[in-house]
Amino acid sequence: MFRFLRDHGIIERNLILMGVLTLLTVSIGGLVQIVPLFTIETTIERVEGIRPYTPLELAGRDIYVREGCYTCHSQMVRPFRDEAERYGHYSLAAESMYDHPFQWGSKRSGPDLARLGGKYSDDWHAAHLRSPRSVVPESIMPPYAFLDRPLDTEAVQAKLRAMRVLGVPYTDTMIANARADLEAQAKPDGDVSARYGKARAAAFDGNPGVVTEMDALVAYLQMLGTLVQFRDVTPEQVRQQ
Amino acid sequence: MPTKIEKDSITGTNTTGHEWDGLKELNTPLPKWWLYVFYATIAFSIVWMAIYPSLPVTGARGLSGWTARGAIGPALEAEKAAREPMLAKLRAATPAQIAADPEMRAFALAGGRIAFANNCAGCHGAGGQGAPGGFPSLADDDWLYGGSFDAIQHTIRHGVRNGESDEARGVAMPRFQADGLLKAEQVADTAEYVLSLTGRATDAAAAQRGGQVFAENCVSCHGEKGEGNRDMGAPRLNDQVWLYGGDKASLMRSIGWSRAGVMPSWGGRLDPATVNMLTVYVHALGGGE
Repeated sequence: MFRFLRDHGIIERNLILMGVLTLLTVSIGGLVQIVPLFTIETTIERVEGIRPYTPLELAGRDIYVREGCYTCHSQMVRPFRDEAERYGHYSLAAESMYDHPFQWGSKRSGPDLARLGGKYSDDWHAAHLRSPRSVVPESIMPPYAFLDRPLDTEAVQAKLRAMRVLGVPYTDTMIANARADLEAQAKPDGDVSARYGKARAAAFDGNPGVVTEMDALVAYLQMLGTLVQFRDVTPEQVRQQ
Repeated sequence: MPTKIEKDSITGTNTTGHEWDGLKELNTPLPKWWLYVFYATIAFSIVWMAIYPSLPVTGARGLSGWTARGAIGPALEAEKAAREPMLAKLRAATPAQIAADPEMRAFALAGGRIAFANNCAGCHGAGGQGAPGGFPSLADDDWLYGGSFDAIQHTIRHGVRNGESDEARGVAMPRFQADGLLKAEQVADTAEYVLSLTGRATDAAAAQRGGQVFAENCVSCHGEKGEGNRDMGAPRLNDQVWLYGGDKASLMRSIGWSRAGVMPSWGGRLDPATVNMLTVYVHALGGGE
């Protein structure tokens, strides 16, 4: 039995056979990754409320990626009872459809952040990012006080354009007004509802004068998981066809 | 290239046929038990792949039709069914009634502890001790909006200055210096007067001047003696409990630029039974009235 397993010498001595079999093996690996993408249309749930990130949130998301937040925080409430009880409704594919790349993560040194938005006040987020142990004494998170520096908004339009190339439906108006929207959202009396629905404007870092990296990151954290109103979602809508 | 396979005289096993500078290698076969377990795991994995969602040919479901999303519904339902009799009672009762009933109280304290750790401890601390910088302690008897069952329940349900609930607590204090209502030296004098309320003033003349400003601008909310006003959420100023620090610099910052702590409203996020459990739990932390 399994004599062929012992005859691998034949393959090793035949370059062409080895090449063909290698190609076969690698293509199986490739197919496993590529084929599911053909089903993307049926994977994404038909729920309402998902919108592209505002320019400020997008900048905050870039800081989230830059600082490697995903190495300790996941953004994926898995469909298990214990997770649903702690964090809320399990994450939908639709909720990360405009994430490039997605931030699901695979490790939880800190808690999951998929439903973080609105759970704490802006002040708490700023205080917690500046010095996590000032509000959570048992925390092992490093401090990010340096985020209180002005946000580099140079590339904001280019970022939106890049996202559009990847399939995020940013319109020409959104791109043209990107900088204005970014600055408006960081002001307490700002308003970005014309293009970004219910996105909230505030002095997220407590200082309305300057748009800081802290503003951007807190704006991003405060919208996580808030787009879909699960109260109004029916089981049919979250079914993947 | 194997050249000369020979039987090793000591072990009775064949060699691989390779030889390097006189060194030969035994071709010891894998233990049978290991090999068959290995083959069994391969067979198992194929069956597993067919039953559970993994192969494109079986659709997104696998032969068993099992999905994680399909499984979580019944799991949550079963848990809900087990808890529902008690939760229904907790929903129907007022927090005061819950606290008076030993069975409901025990359940509410246990459930409230979990809900508090999950939702409230970030700001108010694991034991309700609060944190400097505007995160009030819930474990003492100094309440901004009242420590009765009803007051606590209302605060949890609607939160503070959050823009989410129309019944949210909190009135915005004017930014006396930032908006030009007072001059910097008046703010400093007022801070000195507030310090004098707890006997900590170091400049009597300034405190006296500050008293004048206080009488004109602050008493309507904070009271004539700085005793505070729970309807407004105006803190007591004549005690040693300070939400944003009680030193002169912190007081000047508070007077000049105001403070406006925000608490989310939980009525829309949590089950009413959970809000009631939290109310009983917070009430029992030390300062319930």
